[in-house]
Amino acid sequence: MAEEVDRDIAALRRGDEAAFAALLERHHGWMMRLASTYVGDPHAAEDVVQEAWLTVIRSLDRFEGRSTLKTWIFGIVMNLARARRRKEERLLPFTSFFDRHAHTVDPARFGSDGMWRERPQTWENVPEAKMLASETLEKVRQAIEALPERHREVIVLRDVAELDASEVTGRLGISPENQRVRLHRARAAVRKALEEYLA
Amino acid sequence: MKCREIVELMTDYLEGTLSPRDRARFEEHMTGCDGCNAYLEQLRATMNTVRRLADEPVPEPMRSALLDAFRDWKTAHA
Repeated sequence: MAEEVDRDIAALRRGDEAAFAALLERHHGWMMRLASTYVGDPHAAEDVVQEAWLTVIRSLDRFEGRSTLKTWIFGIVMNLARARRRKEERLLPFTSFFDRHAHTVDPARFGSDGMWRERPQTWENVPEAKMLASETLEKVRQAIEALPERHREVIVLRDVAELDASEVTGRLGISPENQRVRLHRARAAVRKALEEYLA
Repeated sequence: MKCREIVELMTDYLEGTLSPRDRARFEEHMTGCDGCNAYLEQLRATMNTVRRLADEPVPEPMRSALLDAFRDWKTAHA
C-alpha cells in the first residue's frame, strides 16, 4: 500500500517559500492558543510557537511525513509548551474535583418545573461585525484563559485547532466521555462570558 | 425532559453521542421549546466565535525570522 507524504510537508521539503508563509498564517492562531494553555505569558507563548516552527525546519529531512503536518506540529507545540511551563513553574489555579453532575447553567435561570424562567436572548440580531470584532474575540480569549487547564486544553484542541475527538482523547489520554464533559463545561463557560459581554 | 436537563445534553447532541432514545427525547423537546433553541443557538454562535481565534495573524518579527530560517535551510539543502 503506497503511503503518501503529506502535501504540506512535501511542499516544505521542496523549499516552497510561499507555501511556508501560508502555513505560518494558517496555523498561527491555534498554535498560539495551545501554547497559551500551558504558558501564561503571551511572549513566552510566541517563543514556543516560533521554536516549534524552527523545530519543523530542522527536522524536515528526518521526519517521515506520513502523519499530517498539523498532527506533527501539534505534538511539537505540546512538548515545548509543557517544557517551558515546567521551566517557568507557572502557578496553576487549583482546579476543583471534577463533578459530572454540576450545572453549567445557573440553576436560578430555571423554575421549579425545570423550565426556563425567561427565554435566553437571541443573538441573531447582533451584527456579525460585532460578533467578530477584535474586542469580542479578546473577551472570548480571556474567557478561555480563565478556564481550568483541563477544560482549556479541550476547547482549544477541538474548537480552535479543530482536531477531531479521537485525536484529542488519544493525545490527552482521557476517555471520550471525559473529553465531552470537559468540552461541555468549557463551551458553557465561554458562552456565559459572551452572553455577559453582549448583554 | 426539562430544560435544565436538556442544556446539559447539548454537547452530547452536537457530538452525535446521545443514545437513539435520548436523542429522540432531546429532539422532541427542541421542537417545542424556544428557550432551549435560543440557548443552542448561543452555543453555536460561541463555537463560531471561538473558531475565529485561529485567524490570529503572525506578527511581523516572527514571520521575517521564520522565513529567514526557512531560506537558510533551503540554501543549505540546495
